[in-house]
Amino acid sequence: MTAHDRTDVLVIGSGFGGAIPAYHLAAGGASVVVLERGPWLTADEFDHDFKFGSSSTRVFEFTMGEGMNVLGGNCVGGGSVVYFAAMPRAPQFVFEREGSLGHRMWPKSITRESLEPWYDRVAQALPITQSTWDDVTYAGGVFAAACDHAGRTANPVAAAIDTDLCTNCNWMMSGCKFDAKRSLLLNYLPAALDHGAQIRPLHEVQRIERSPEGDFLVHYTVVDPVDYRVQVDAGVIEAKIVVVAAGAAATPVILQRSEENLGAMPPAVGRYFSGNGERLNTAILNEDRVRDVLGLDRGDGLAYAANQIGRGPSAASWDRLDGALPEFSRYSLEQLYFPPGFGTILAQAPDAEGPSWFGVDKKEILRRWQSWLTIFIMSEDDNEGVFGPPPETGNAERISMQMLSRGSLRYEPSANTRHGWALADADIRDILERDGLARVMPWTNEVIGAYTVHPLASCRMGDDPETSALDDTNELRDHPGIFVTDGSAVPGALTVNPAFTIAAIAERAVPNIVRAAQARGVDVRYLGSLPATARVSRKAPVTVTGPDGQPVTVP
Amino acid sequence: MDTNDGLTADQVMTLEAYADTIIPGEKRDPTDRAVAGEVSGGGAVASGAVELMLTPEGGLAGTLDSLAEGLNEHARHYTARIGLDPDPTVPPFVALAFADRVALAQELLAPGHPEQELWVALAMFSAMAWDTGAHMSTSDALASGHPGLTSMGFMPPESDGVWRFPRFSYGRALAAIHPRTTPRGDPQ
Repeated sequence: MTAHDRTDVLVIGSGFGGAIPAYHLAAGGASVVVLERGPWLTADEFDHDFKFGSSSTRVFEFTMGEGMNVLGGNCVGGGSVVYFAAMPRAPQFVFEREGSLGHRMWPKSITRESLEPWYDRVAQALPITQSTWDDVTYAGGVFAAACDHAGRTANPVAAAIDTDLCTNCNWMMSGCKFDAKRSLLLNYLPAALDHGAQIRPLHEVQRIERSPEGDFLVHYTVVDPVDYRVQVDAGVIEAKIVVVAAGAAATPVILQRSEENLGAMPPAVGRYFSGNGERLNTAILNEDRVRDVLGLDRGDGLAYAANQIGRGPSAASWDRLDGALPEFSRYSLEQLYFPPGFGTILAQAPDAEGPSWFGVDKKEILRRWQSWLTIFIMSEDDNEGVFGPPPETGNAERISMQMLSRGSLRYEPSANTRHGWALADADIRDILERDGLARVMPWTNEVIGAYTVHPLASCRMGDDPETSALDDTNELRDHPGIFVTDGSAVPGALTVNPAFTIAAIAERAVPNIVRAAQARGVDVRYLGSLPATARVSRKAPVTVTGPDGQPVTVP
Repeated sequence: MDTNDGLTADQVMTLEAYADTIIPGEKRDPTDRAVAGEVSGGGAVASGAVELMLTPEGGLAGTLDSLAEGLNEHARHYTARIGLDPDPTVPPFVALAFADRVALAQELLAPGHPEQELWVALAMFSAMAWDTGAHMSTSDALASGHPGLTSMGFMPPESDGVWRFPRFSYGRALAAIHPRTTPRGDPQ
């Protein structure tokens, strides 16, 4: 057997699910290696640019499936680098959901109340800031005013953003140039490094094996920094504990591929995927009606015309987050921004005589793009997603050098899911078409199927071994020593942005991982500390050494 | 005849005609056959659709010749089915009138078409050329009057090439907050 690296804890992925355990385990004395398949970029490398090859394609991943497309981060810091940093806690009723199971989806030990202390820790560590109306952008404001006009309520949305540094450039999906977004590059990850953890970018884990001694051998390939289709190296790291946090579109694929050596996976691995019930509507606002009906004026002669200005979502309607309503009819409506491309292609022209998502009518609505208002539905889907057999490497077959790939996820929305979407679509029309404020159309699902920026539940927690892959400690059933701590552990749709809940569950999992490590002879303690926060994201500090002892070039 | 990275002039015209079906534009000159000239202003072609399709980063470049041939094959079948008399001097897809190009594209892009994924990919590159100009830097695209970004009213960056919007908020309460909002500002 060739020589290979050893570590106490090997963490796969550096988003919320990976960074949080990496920090605590390193702080507690364990040796920790984090393998991240994406590149390591910092503030000065985040571009304001749509050009292929800029940070917008380097750090972002668009994985097409059959009926479901997943958008997510692909870089050190994972989703925290590319997301919009909206951080509401999930409502109480979410934890009581049954979905179509006929019994509770979540472990009995996890409720909103029991999760509060873990939420509090994350809120302090990032930190998350409660928003006021002064923080609400024009787009959030016009949505809030329309909600009010329709007799609804609307709330400023808490965010992990330092608004003193934010320029409202709306480029945050390409990474934040100003370090205003409080991504993991500013807290858990640098703190993990300070405690000796290593983060190795462009290292894509392919499979996990058991060593003859009962430890784990984690096999990875090293990805070319420009053309992610090209593998430039490969290697193995031995670990006593493995934390899988590759994201809900990749974690189950790694486990599926590991089945040949590790033995059968629990039946819920690669099943019950949820897209968080997500769906988008585009409203094309009538500027005159915005001024006359809502009384809005920017002070520069314009009523709105501010689609481009802001920082993702800043206001949401929570009127349907009501536990008294039946399941599959509860959702939040959140004002959102997507840049041109992602944010325009699937939008449909109202009253189109020909095609609605391309052609003459589409071009006409694009001319009014600054008057667009995007409304994001987060509802209760039915955990319909199922992963097919894993591809040869990675979680999907790469099509483009960066960003675009095709995976094995299949998703056919059930009547329950479609019911929630229909209610939400009608609600948005009721709010925004009232008194001629706007024309509204949902994005088409006929071109690529459904889509989500919040993949969940593909390797979920629960109390029932048939319908959950993890127990309530986040340990993979029948495979002690493997923990899953990313969005795939969340049992189902949350009706709000899930990053805060994913992070809270990762915090909650850490004492369990520490106990498992101790049982395997690792000298580690759970300190319960929180990371020091940084103002500036840090350059990649490690020189990566390949299995043959040669350094591997990283950006 | 090679013109663009191994593509023939006919193949380029065919891809342009498809891009023009997705985001239509005005003819580049009176002899322009690929662009149907259905609407005013530059469309996907003038915004760089073929350049974007040809970028090595996109992953589509190696398949463009067969996509162009495929479009023409579908156009031949469409022409025969509808009973049209196409101009033989241009590729069959280019020979279609704009309305027929749209009708054929709708067939190819419809759920259930066996090649839907291919034609959706080509349509997305066409749309992205107009919406984002992703074959070139966004600052340069705006400075050079990129048709799509300009038509959309995409605001330019500050002089250092970075976007900042100091004015961003109406700055006042615009709705009652939900009655069950917690003191921290979360849903209950």
